[in-house]
Amino acid sequence: MSTVQTEVKAQEVVERALALSETDGCVVIAQETSDANLRWAANTLTTNGVMRGRQLTVIATVGGAEGTATGVVGRSNVGLDDVEALVRSAEKAARESRSAEDAKPLVEPGDVPVSGVGWDDAPAETSIGVFSSMAPALGEVFVRARAEGRELFGFAEHQMSTLYLGTSTGVRVRHAQPTGRIEVTGKTSDWSRSSWVGQGTRDFSDVDVTQVDAELARRLGWAARRVDLEAGRYETLLPPSAVADLLVYLYWTAVAREADDGRTVFSRPGGGTRVGERLADAPLRIWSDPQAPGLECDPVVFATSSAASQSVFDNGMPIGETDWLADGELKALIQTRHSADMTGLAFTPGVDNLLMSSGDASRGLDDMVAGTERGLLLTCLWYVREVEPQNLLLTGLTRDGVYLVEGGEVVAEVNNFRFNESPVDLLGRLAEVGLHERTLAREFGDYFTRTSMPAWRVADFNMSSVSQAS
Amino acid sequence: MTAEIDAAFTDLPLRRLADAALTRARALGAEHADLRVERIRDQSMSLRDARLDGTSDREDVGLAVRVVHDGTWGFASDVALTPEAAVRIAERAVEVAKVSRPLSTERVVLADEPAHGDVTYVSAYEVDPFTVPDGDKVSVLADWSATLLAHDVVAHAEAGAHMVMENKFYADLAGTTTTQQRVRVNVQLEAVGVDKESGRFDTMRTLAPPVGRGWEHVTGSADSAWDWATELDELPGHLADKLRAPSVESGTYDLVIDPSNLFLTIHESIGHATELDRALGYEANYAGTSFATFDQLGSLAYGSPVMNVTGDRTTQHGLASIGYDDEGVAGQQWDIVKEGVLVGYQLDRAMARLKDLGRSNGCAFADSPGHVPMQRMANVSLQPAEGGPSTEELISRVDNGIYIVGDKSWSIDMQRYNFQFTGQRFFRIENGRLAGQLRDVAYQATTTDFWGSLEAVGGPQTFVLGGAFNCGKGQPGQVAAVSHGCPSTLFRGVRILNTQAEAGR
Repeated sequence: MSTVQTEVKAQEVVERALALSETDGCVVIAQETSDANLRWAANTLTTNGVMRGRQLTVIATVGGAEGTATGVVGRSNVGLDDVEALVRSAEKAARESRSAEDAKPLVEPGDVPVSGVGWDDAPAETSIGVFSSMAPALGEVFVRARAEGRELFGFAEHQMSTLYLGTSTGVRVRHAQPTGRIEVTGKTSDWSRSSWVGQGTRDFSDVDVTQVDAELARRLGWAARRVDLEAGRYETLLPPSAVADLLVYLYWTAVAREADDGRTVFSRPGGGTRVGERLADAPLRIWSDPQAPGLECDPVVFATSSAASQSVFDNGMPIGETDWLADGELKALIQTRHSADMTGLAFTPGVDNLLMSSGDASRGLDDMVAGTERGLLLTCLWYVREVEPQNLLLTGLTRDGVYLVEGGEVVAEVNNFRFNESPVDLLGRLAEVGLHERTLAREFGDYFTRTSMPAWRVADFNMSSVSQAS
Repeated sequence: MTAEIDAAFTDLPLRRLADAALTRARALGAEHADLRVERIRDQSMSLRDARLDGTSDREDVGLAVRVVHDGTWGFASDVALTPEAAVRIAERAVEVAKVSRPLSTERVVLADEPAHGDVTYVSAYEVDPFTVPDGDKVSVLADWSATLLAHDVVAHAEAGAHMVMENKFYADLAGTTTTQQRVRVNVQLEAVGVDKESGRFDTMRTLAPPVGRGWEHVTGSADSAWDWATELDELPGHLADKLRAPSVESGTYDLVIDPSNLFLTIHESIGHATELDRALGYEANYAGTSFATFDQLGSLAYGSPVMNVTGDRTTQHGLASIGYDDEGVAGQQWDIVKEGVLVGYQLDRAMARLKDLGRSNGCAFADSPGHVPMQRMANVSLQPAEGGPSTEELISRVDNGIYIVGDKSWSIDMQRYNFQFTGQRFFRIENGRLAGQLRDVAYQATTTDFWGSLEAVGGPQTFVLGGAFNCGKGQPGQVAAVSHGCPSTLFRGVRILNTQAEAGR
């Protein structure tokens, strides 16, 4: 731990660590982050901050009679003088460790088309200035909201993360990732009615807080009339944000190794995985693509630790467009090279975005509402948790606005519900799937901001009990 | 045995950084300024079927300056630990406060806290887990995994250990300077049973809670270590029984809930609901608000008269225990629910002042040098009854019920009314006796109905300190560790769901 080295370049630290390596292999990942955020409640700012961070992770590999062992050590703010100690502790950890099950040869530069591209570039940075045009507009919105009896609660965050990956085999990858989002909850001044709008963004140039406030006002207006409904099964329209939370959870569960162990919804009775099985009759597609416009994300694997869903040995492996579900059929699960060998399936590493579409889709959510005789329209979901892994039964709550649709129009607000449903089961019984659009998952959007989802119509969504929350 | 604060932390130029930042903040007109330097060591290792699956060994160091300037918060942090950088970060914090001033309609004033001088605190532990060779730690987990895998019913075994050492240095303009060190450990194993033909599977996890102790929790003497031998010996049998258990019939049952399950229900339905920042709406866009609104302080019937809940940051080995919080407030204990009535909240200094509640009870916490302190959960615990019943006596009072052990799935709404929990194992109670396990059980209730149905709490002999490492709150998200103690308990007439039926169409 040293005290003076924010000026040293991340690339130099990576090269120094690789040069000092004395074991069979070495992978070094330097991450430089800068963050800015604003948070507010009841039309006034509550907290804020600008943060900078840097983290260096050294992964040493040591071959032996029984296989290859790894040692992984990460430290913040490592200067050139500290690198050797870090490399030696990773090497020591590797020598003391047992062989790693996921061991594979380190990736070669020839396997990585982006290797070396932009390597010498400085890290990307953000500052509180990213909000310089939004902050005054937000101040004006607070004034208007107060005058009109609304209270706004929200959060805006922008992060620039730059990763530098180097391997002893010669791979060099730099990737700068912008990540941003704004979320606003609007409540009437007595807090009896509530709504929410959220948006993911790369740079805040596409954020219009006046428009966000207008949408909240529209939705709070829908709630002027209130109807209480009992628990039960309802025709339900889930907007893209709600679909995103359900499918992000499904995606996190779609790990080949876990399925092959026989312990997830994607396990096949008798052994193996359900890849190749039809989950829906509809022409549904769920996929990821690091190049998806507006949702661009890591083009290669960056893994600072191994787990069922990722392997440090795969660092640098290119990530391509991947269909998880195509034409209703399960096509792939998240793989390491090790689990791909185990399962006899293609190597399809996890990707940091997720999209869904249907070949049948022809209309967006507003048109789906207009085409609804009687049903519930949700705003978003909350506190989504797994109840049963066997069928991926999830529970959770509706949040910030459940609306009753009759004759193609929103006619009232309804109480909140607790639901119990499995997204895997839902895929097989969707009555309608809308056009997909960029959206922010309400609950998991703080970890997984890059999603494009359609709205869903479910004929018999299971609202298990009433929640009094408003 | 009290350890010394790690020299690698105290060797940092802590007081020079404080002088530099606080002097600059004062010169720029800050009403309040504090500097935190933190170092957090965090190691985890996981094994799958007795083989190493992944390891992580991280250390985060950095400093943060928080100011109140013209009645407005400003916060900045960085990783550079020089007096020059500290000055720059103080300037940045003031700049953030200025940018934020037009958005702020409420002036920030902090509740008074005595200046504590230059003080230190070290949590109670025996063996610093970072001094134990990694190979030794992995060996323990591998041996225990092999013990489980030796049973036919166990198809897979997972084992994980997570260890943290947290160092905090804090100094403020009022004259409090604290240097603190805490250690915590969480070790869990889970056995998986799979019926190959039907594809049916189930799991059984150890009940050992995360604790504010060192590695002695794993390999120490009988009075400091968990009883791993007994638990690992019994786990495969519990799993086998669960795999062949009948599915529960949904309906209304009396419940005897073990501390290993109830701690999490306390966390969600009392701990979070009595955070004043939630009641005031600061979390309205994220974690949510609370049904326990401020106007009901002193009057809300939270539960039955046998319900007494305290908050504290002082319990030995408690995960939220500390000498001084991240605003320089000394650790305390206070009442939250007294004889079933809401009497207290968890506070920080700004909220204590805003609501004229006197001194803060010391719940400000930031999970890293890069995050701003906010009100986080104290150890919130349900008190046992002096001379109260044993778990067996509670079970003997039930004709038709379920005894619930261990936590698993949890979910609660954004105002902390409606919740649903599952568990590790569920035993049928028939005529006062346990009658084998049940499957597919979840209990669902509204918080005040549930606590209102609390008929009896067990005696101190049933009390166990449980807890969690992974409590999330705030934007940007922060993670905190917290303990919850409770006795065995008896609830009457709680709704039980069959989770297979819930999934059906």
